[in-house]
Formats: sequence, C-alpha cells, structure tokens
Amino acid sequence: MKTEINEHKIFKVSRRDFIKATSLSMSGLLLGLNVRCSDTSKKLTGNPDAVFSPNLFISINGSGEVTLVAHRSEMGTGIRTSLPLIMADELEADWSKVKIVQAVADEKYGDQNTDGSYSVRMFYTPLRKAGATVRTMLEQAAANEWGVNVAECNAKNHEVVHTSGKALGFGYLAEKAAALPLPDEKSVVLKSPKDFRYISKQSSIVDLKDIVTGKAKFGLDNSLPNTKIAVIKRNPEPGAGLKSFTADEAQKIPGVLKVFTLDAPGFPTNFNKPLGGVVVVAENTWAALKGREALQVTWATGINADYDSLTYGNDMLKRAQAKGKVRRENGLVDKALASAAKIIEVDYVVPHLAHTAMETPCALVHVHDGICEVWAPVQDQQGTRKSVAAALGLEVSAVTINITLLGGAFGRKSKPDFVVEAALISKTMGTPIKILWTREDDIQHDFYHFPAAQHLKVGLDKNNKVSAWLHRSVFPTIGGTANADANEPDSAELSMGMIDFPYTIENIRCETQVAKVKTRIGWLRSVANIHHAFAVGCTLDEIANARGIDAAQNLLELLGNDRHIDFKSLTAEFWNYGVPMEEFPWDTARFRNVIETVRDKSNWGKALPKGSGQGIAAHRSFLTYVACVVEVTVDEKNKIRIPKVDYVIDCGTAVNPERIKAQFEGGAAFAASLALKSEITMSNGGVEQSNFHNYQVARMSDAPYETAVHIIENNERPTGVGEPPVPPFIPALCNAIFAATGKRIRQLPVKLV
Amino acid sequence: MATYQLTVNGETHTVEAMENTPLLWVLRDNLGLTGTKFGCGMALCGACTVHLDGNPIRSCSTAISTVSNKQITTIEGVANGEDLHPVQKAWMEENVPQCGYCQTGQIMAAIALLEKNPSPTDSDIEGAMSGNICRCGTYERIRKAIKKAANPTAQ
Repeated sequence: MKTEINEHKIFKVSRRDFIKATSLSMSGLLLGLNVRCSDTSKKLTGNPDAVFSPNLFISINGSGEVTLVAHRSEMGTGIRTSLPLIMADELEADWSKVKIVQAVADEKYGDQNTDGSYSVRMFYTPLRKAGATVRTMLEQAAANEWGVNVAECNAKNHEVVHTSGKALGFGYLAEKAAALPLPDEKSVVLKSPKDFRYISKQSSIVDLKDIVTGKAKFGLDNSLPNTKIAVIKRNPEPGAGLKSFTADEAQKIPGVLKVFTLDAPGFPTNFNKPLGGVVVVAENTWAALKGREALQVTWATGINADYDSLTYGNDMLKRAQAKGKVRRENGLVDKALASAAKIIEVDYVVPHLAHTAMETPCALVHVHDGICEVWAPVQDQQGTRKSVAAALGLEVSAVTINITLLGGAFGRKSKPDFVVEAALISKTMGTPIKILWTREDDIQHDFYHFPAAQHLKVGLDKNNKVSAWLHRSVFPTIGGTANADANEPDSAELSMGMIDFPYTIENIRCETQVAKVKTRIGWLRSVANIHHAFAVGCTLDEIANARGIDAAQNLLELLGNDRHIDFKSLTAEFWNYGVPMEEFPWDTARFRNVIETVRDKSNWGKALPKGSGQGIAAHRSFLTYVACVVEVTVDEKNKIRIPKVDYVIDCGTAVNPERIKAQFEGGAAFAASLALKSEITMSNGGVEQSNFHNYQVARMSDAPYETAVHIIENNERPTGVGEPPVPPFIPALCNAIFAATGKRIRQLPVKLV
Repeated sequence: MATYQLTVNGETHTVEAMENTPLLWVLRDNLGLTGTKFGCGMALCGACTVHLDGNPIRSCSTAISTVSNKQITTIEGVANGEDLHPVQKAWMEENVPQCGYCQTGQIMAAIALLEKNPSPTDSDIEGAMSGNICRCGTYERIRKAIKKAANPTAQ
C-alpha cells in the first residue's frame, strides 16, 4: 500500500524522453508530471522501493490530437479510462479527440503497481493539476496571439475562447504553448466540481469496441516471428524440487522441441520466483501440452509435504480458543465477560481460495542481444521488470515491459513469477517464448488467499447493552510467503476489519495466534477484510438477535455519536491504508449515513414470503464506506438465489460512476463465489482441486439478479472501489440466509445440508 | 500430423495439425484469430465459444478432425464489416465488459441463443449462458444486453 506525499511537480519533458517512455513520436506540447509516493507497507506489496520519481505525460499535436498516457494496469476496473478522463476534464479536452497510450514499466511514472484500490485516490489531484497546467498554458498562448489579457481567455471543449467570441483550437495553440515557460503553480486554478465535463458523468471504457469485436490484446494475443510455446510441469508442493524425470515419450510428440528443468526456489518461495519444474517447449500449444502430459516425473518432497488444510484448519480453530497475542485492548474484557448477563460465543471459519481470473497467467518474452522484451498482463509493472532483470542477470534498463490488457487479476498478477519463467525459458531457447498456464496450473500453483479461524466472545450486561467484545483471528500471514519468520498476522492485515472495529463497546480486545505459512499465500481482492468482515458482520447480527432489536438499529446504536475515531489512541497497530488520518479520517457520520441510506433504499424490513430474507452489513475498507443489504430466497432443495442487492457507498468524489457501479455489481458476484461456491483444500502439500468442476465460481444463476448501487454524492477526496464491494456482501448474505432459514452460517462456503 | 481444410468466417484454410488438436489452438496458433480465448480446456467456462454450423461449441474441446467441411464462425466473423452485430451493439450500449476476456465467448453464446430463440425469458437466458463464466461478474448486464438485442426498442 502506498502513501501519497503532497509533492506534485509538473515539468516540461523533452521529446526524446516522451518517445522513450511511450514509443510514440510526437510534436507539440509535452508536459511531464512528477508524483512522489512512499511505500509504507512493503509486506503487502512486496515492493522494496521507498521513493519513486514518476512522470505522466500529456501531449497535444498540431492537429489537435491529445495523447494521454495511462500508466496503470487495466484489469477490468476501467482505470485506463478513468485516469485519462481526469486529465481531459481539467484540460477541457474533447474526449473524442483524446488518444490513450499505455505506458511501459518505468520508475519515471512513479507507482504503477495496480493494487490496493488506490489508483484514483493517489492520482486524482496530481492528474487534475497536470491537466489544469496545460489548460493554463494554452490560454496564455491564445492571449499572446491575440494580444489580450489572459483573464479574458478560457479553454472550452478543445479550443480557447476569448470573451469577444473568437476562438483558437488546441492544435493551433500547441506549438505556441510549448514555447512558453511553465506557469507558476499558484496561477493554475483547478476547475470547480460544478464545471466538470467528464468527472462524475457516464463514460464508456476506451477499449469497449475492441473487446466486443475480439480485437483487444490480452497476454496471450501478441506474437513475434518464430515464437515457441512453453508449458511447465511443476511440483504440487510449492518450492520443492525434482527427483528425476524421463522425457523420452514427450520428445516423440511432433512439434516438441526441447525438455529441460528450472530450479525450484525452496520454501518460502518468495513472491517473484518461479516454482521450477520440467519445461516443455514446442512449436505450438497442443504439442507443448501433449508433451507435458507424456513426461514421467518423480518429485522430491519439501518441508510442507505434510500440509493438510483440514488438519491445519482444525488446529487453527483449536488455537483460536486460547488467549493469544494482544493487538488491541481497551477496557477490561475479562471482567466484563465475567459479569455479563448473556454471552455470545462463536467461531468463524473460511478456507483457502484461488483467484482464477478468466485469463490464466501468461506472457510473451523475447531475450536477445543482451536485452529482454516482455508483453504481459501484470499488475506490478516495475516489480516485474526488476524480477526479470535479476533472474536474467541484466540491468533493469535492458528490460522492457509492455503491459497488455489483463484478463482479470484480483491480486494474482501482482506476482510476476510467470513472466520470470518465460524469460528464463526464452534465454535458454534463444527464441521468443509464450508461456501458457492451463487452468489446472492456475488452480494448483496460485498464491492462495489465507484460510482463517476466528473466535468471538461478546458479553451483554443486564441492561441489554453490549459490554465486551473479544475477537481472536488466526491465519497465516502473507509475509510468510517471503519470510520464514513471519508467522503471525501483521498490523495491516489486522487493520482490515479487525482492530479497526469502530463500534463503541467499552471493553474490547483483539488477539492473534501463531499460524505458520505452509503454502504460497497472497492477497485476493479485499484481502483480510474477507474473513474479518464475515465474522464481525455476522456476529453483530447475532448481537441484534440476542438483544431483540432490529439489525440496522443495532449497528447505528453501537456506532454511537458522529465523530472521527482516533484509532491511534486505541491501538498502536492501526493502519489507515497507508494514508494520514488527518486527510482520510475514520468518520462515523459517513459510516452512519451509508447504513441509514441503505436501510431506506432497500426497503429494509419489508414483508417477505417464507424462505426469503434480508440481511445487512456495513464495512469500511480501502477508505470507502459501504453498507449492503442482500435479499435471498432459499428453496426446498436449499438452492440459494439472490434476487436483490442494495449497496450504498461513500467513496468521496465519484470520478466514473458508471464504472463504480460496475465494480459493485461485479464485486457482489465475486463475493457470491467466495460465500457460496469456492474452496481450495490441500493434502500432502498440494492442491486437491484442478478446474472449474471442482473449484467452483458463481455462474449467472448464483450471482445477484439485480444489484442497485447508490453512490453518496459529495466532494470528498476519492477513495477505492475495486475491493470494497466484497467484504460487507458476505455477512449481509449470511445474515439474510439466517433470516430466511433460521440457520446461522459460520463457515464458508455456505453448506445448508 | 495431418492436413485439414476448414472454413472459418467464410474463408477456407488448409492447416497442418495433430488430429486431436482442439479447434481453439488451430484458430489461435495457426490462423492468428485471437478473439477466441482459452479459459479452462475442459468445456467448463465458455471463453472459447465459437459457432459450428450455427451451434455454439466449446472450441477448446472440439478436435480439428471433427470440423472439416463445416462452417465455423468466430467473434471476428459476426460483424458485417464496420456494422456490428446487434448483440455486439447491445453489449456496448449496456457497457457489459469489465476486463473483457470472457466477453467474446459470452457474445458468441448469446448470438446462438437469439438465433434459436428470439425472445428468451430470464430462465432461457440463464440456461443458455450458464456454461459461460465471467469472473468479473458482469452477469446482470449480460442478461440486460441479451434482452436489449432481442428487443432493441424496449426499455
């Protein structure tokens, strides 16, 4: 996760730099933008860089075409549209005359690692300033041309208009503006939100037509002359090596060119190292797959050959019953529990999960003449560049990473192991290599979402007031994938729904237990918020039930008076998604507002037939406040259907409401997969599932029929929307199932029989 | 290896391939038609959907040896030049895609559905589309787009 530092420096760039960075040849006005960011949580990102010095570029050519560089990865959020849209708005550009170019991986752009739901949050103001600076220069150029005061000149829809009515086009002014000095930053005035042309308006994504016509280029869709196809047979136990193999039969398959091995990394594997194994390179995909099928391999066993997720889960659950390491403590929980009139004591369990983006990991790589060229669908662009350079023994400057569209990612493609594989294979073969991961490879060699066991114990006093909240969370930390000593959740993971518990209960204690990492663990859309929101959201519903009051009313009562919660005084471990509390406070008024609004919008408490029910939950993640009401029906065969979901969200300024709605519709379906369908189990160190028949995800009939997304309108700073839909949906769904059936759901995926 | 003649989007091609090679890899590797996507290799996700004599099939699990002398249509062949297929238009009007990867398979399944059933009910749509996974979760908009394509003037 990253912190935005308030140092946005805009500068003119040389044409040479622009061409180098974008492979574009341009004339006219070029401006760079320097955005400084600091990495405050190396563990979560795995990115070792503390300070970046990025550039973004705007250019206008003589024919008036505006080129905007998109520097972050498009995986379905619409970011390749939304970020340029911000610049275009301040620039007063005509969107139909804007061309978007995807940047290569380069530190000049600053942070490009597209994760953590912060692209808009981090770049909103800098991009507005960049657009406004160019607009100011165009206005000055027009004023000079006319010999009038610049105050009489206003940029409007791709031209600068004088108060007299005369106008000059951006294309005409480009060359003249380029000759001007940069304006004083203070003279650059941002537009008033009421004048926004594109921000907060409907906008289709720029790749829409290419997608529906099949022309959009994803990771496997590029080719170079003489490209060969590679697949790898990997040890089911991550990190463990190879004992022996026979390739005689594989070599007989027509088209198979070479069979060789890649070293295993040992365990922990780290985030960017290939798993090693036996590589089959062939003339075409089918020959490679048939060749791999014909291999005979005997694997070595490693330190996790005993890993059995069922045993491991039972062990976590057992440890969750005993006092652990205290991560937040306010008041005297034990005393309050001892004197409680009523106790709620519950356990919540979630399994390992796999990402299964529809596009499996893949890449096209060509290592030649001391350089390496990559075309790949990666989230962590610069991390990929460095990992490839290190694996090949090249300088980083010798590696070019071209970012294709990502066919989904959800966190998987922030790990560049598959690109490094292709690079090592290309180096051996001397030809361009396209690497394919089959669905089996993807499901069996993922960086899995952590399994978790949680124990909650809540006390109600004799006045029916909640007097004590004890929450114990046990799960293997993501950090353990890189560091053998990391065996207990870190502060950031706990600040995703556990120690950031906002309710006004006098006595609160949060604890963790040791859980050693036994496989590759990685972040999945919304990360630890998934299991924490599940347990907290469902327990709050159990509290409402025990108190005999309405669930929405219970949330509002427990939330207390409107205030900014000073979490730092409640626990030293609190982490605010890497940004200062002064800029992004924990504002209970905004949280209350989304809860009250969802109650109204969803017609909460409406009469429903038998077998139907509504459930509510609210959660703040990635700085965005979300409340959710899910309606379910459960038929006599226990088939669960979701006719309606209502989300109310406060994500500050909604830059692209159409895509925000899409993220919430899709986020609900994604969460429905996690709640109802998906489970990875492991035995003997390896994964037991292999494809979509036994690792199931939501299909049309499992997903919500209708998702209504209500966006709170305000001019607060924009916050994340990619991940926040997921956490509150799951408890809202489970609470709805309780309302419909009387059955409490405390383990995922939901099994009603 | 054997030689096969196949007709894709009205054009006849001669390709060399192993006889059990899935049509998907012939389209992608031999013919460079990359609009058809790999998703699972087991006919479980629908990303590779193309039409064989007008019927939707999973090209990842259809051997090249079985498709000679049949009409194959891929996403690249459904528009009439610059004039998009009504289903493609509806997909754009409803802003269906997120990442976009599965959408060509979804569109091919939807076109096949509407050719057989011009006014599908919700249940017809669910039945015809249940083999197509979208991990971004665009199902609601897929349903809306199919209805819009079936009846472009209705709201």
